[in-house]
Amino acid sequence: MAKGIWVFAEHSDGSVRKVTFEILSEARKIADKIGEELCAVIVGNQVEALADKCGPYGADKVYVVENEMLNQYTTEGYTKALTDLVKQHQPSILLCGATVTGKDLFPRVAARLETGLAVDCTDIGLDDSNQFFVKRPMYAGKAYAEVGFSDATPKMASIRPNVLIPSPPDESRKAEVIKVAVEISPDDIKAKVVEVVKIAGEKLDLTEAEVIVSGGRGMKGQENFKILEELAEVLNATVGASRAAVDAGWKLQSEQVGQTGKVVSPNLYVACGISGAIQHFAGMGTSKYIVAINKDPEAVIFGKCDYGICDDLFKVVPKLTEEIKKLKKD
Amino acid sequence: MNIIVCMKQVPDTEAQIRVKPDGSGIVDSDIKFVMNPYDEYGVEEALLLKEKFGGTVTIVCLGSERAIEAIRTGLAMGADKAVHLDDPAFEGGDAFSTAKALAAAIKGMEYDLIFCGKQAIDDDLAQVGPALAEMLGIPQIVVVTKVEVSEDGKKAKVNRQIIGGEEIIEVPLPAVLTAQKGLNEPRYASLPGIMKAKKKEVKSVKIADLGLDPNAVGKAGAKTQILKMYSPPQRESGNIIEGETAEETASKLATLLREEAKVI
Repeated sequence: MAKGIWVFAEHSDGSVRKVTFEILSEARKIADKIGEELCAVIVGNQVEALADKCGPYGADKVYVVENEMLNQYTTEGYTKALTDLVKQHQPSILLCGATVTGKDLFPRVAARLETGLAVDCTDIGLDDSNQFFVKRPMYAGKAYAEVGFSDATPKMASIRPNVLIPSPPDESRKAEVIKVAVEISPDDIKAKVVEVVKIAGEKLDLTEAEVIVSGGRGMKGQENFKILEELAEVLNATVGASRAAVDAGWKLQSEQVGQTGKVVSPNLYVACGISGAIQHFAGMGTSKYIVAINKDPEAVIFGKCDYGICDDLFKVVPKLTEEIKKLKKD
Repeated sequence: MNIIVCMKQVPDTEAQIRVKPDGSGIVDSDIKFVMNPYDEYGVEEALLLKEKFGGTVTIVCLGSERAIEAIRTGLAMGADKAVHLDDPAFEGGDAFSTAKALAAAIKGMEYDLIFCGKQAIDDDLAQVGPALAEMLGIPQIVVVTKVEVSEDGKKAKVNRQIIGGEEIIEVPLPAVLTAQKGLNEPRYASLPGIMKAKKKEVKSVKIADLGLDPNAVGKAGAKTQILKMYSPPQRESGNIIEGETAEETASKLATLLREEAKVI
């Protein structure tokens, strides 16, 4: 019988990503309730050093799957590495972050294992009879669903970054590290990454940012986003944009927040010159705090924000940057 | 070059979504349904490739009778023909059972490339494309913003959005590519296009045509089930900060963010 809760531990630039710790912390509670062990799986090349990071967040075991062919993420290489290990050990639950990688990898893995996958979940838990279920947004958050699974295992879910709260790490907690070899031949990987193009200046991805400063139609032009970048700088925030601003060509599509852009849930979302149309709100409505700065008193966003300033954003935003700078100095 | 575009009909992005009181689904009676916006990018890219390489563009759509409107939109844009999986047995499924039906329908067809939208904007699963690729045994590239097919039509160079940039991936064809906004600017259907679309072939496909077990598709074949749906908690109207000057309101806001919300 399938047993064990597994978390695919995502890493980049030599460190385990925060979403992994968020998931391990929550999964630890589930593992305790159903009396199963919690394991992390790290896939890559020369990644053993990362294994020690998972124990403090609750992992009992860490599988380290290494191969030179896994140096760079590829759908086919990682799918093979993960599915081979899952078939061998048969965990009951398999989780990952709903990140760029998770959203590519897990659908393929689930199809290969012929099992169910719920993506971009905002909560995971057990029902009254200890059956695993998840909560997830649909219609970009205009509705939510509780989703259950058939008997196929592992029951798979990807979890949105920034929604589960990581436990304080217990550094005395050590996980058993198990090294696993996987055979991958060059022929296994048909879609090959030939180049990675970094977009200069782009900071943390919107979906993982804790603070977002976003601009809409009211920004009036590309050059005016400078004041948002300055505010973002003092808030350590990522800059986003509404569909209107992207369609006008002021910002990149990768910076769009909304139903046809990114769905985000930061601690703080500062909406500048954004009216709050339903399709935008669908992309940021789960933010913990929403601030709206807009000179139109009729803007619908004022009915849904935590703090609002009804004034000219070109006057307010620079002042806000100054005030926050002052506060941070104190 | 023969290209397949998988397409779904979904509520318009401007639609208000209301959950039925019993949580069994959404109220769909007063909703405007459209072609999934990400699928439009797929249709457009397929048409651009057809213009360059020749061949056919076929729409494959799983959905109720109502979905014919979205299929006609795709045909009016310029797709050559369509396959409509309109058996009620296909409906109510999850990504797995939906991909299963699509894969069975596509297996018998000739194709060099398959486009899907990067996700459907109703259930936001973003997994039918990869699942379909797995079931057909071909590579996938998701969230694609640029496609260049080699002169001989045998491989493609594809840009895919990642954090802070893009990956450029080389892939032999056939492959499944899932389209992201920015891939192109979808054309509008012209009036002659709309007239022509009425005469184009739309093949209705039932479960018996695919030789599939009714328990393998639709709701019966799903590996996940929606237990209940609910509306997100409504946000209350918040504190509108008053003040004589921008300096005053900005100062009050900064203080509230630090002391009340504790987010800075």
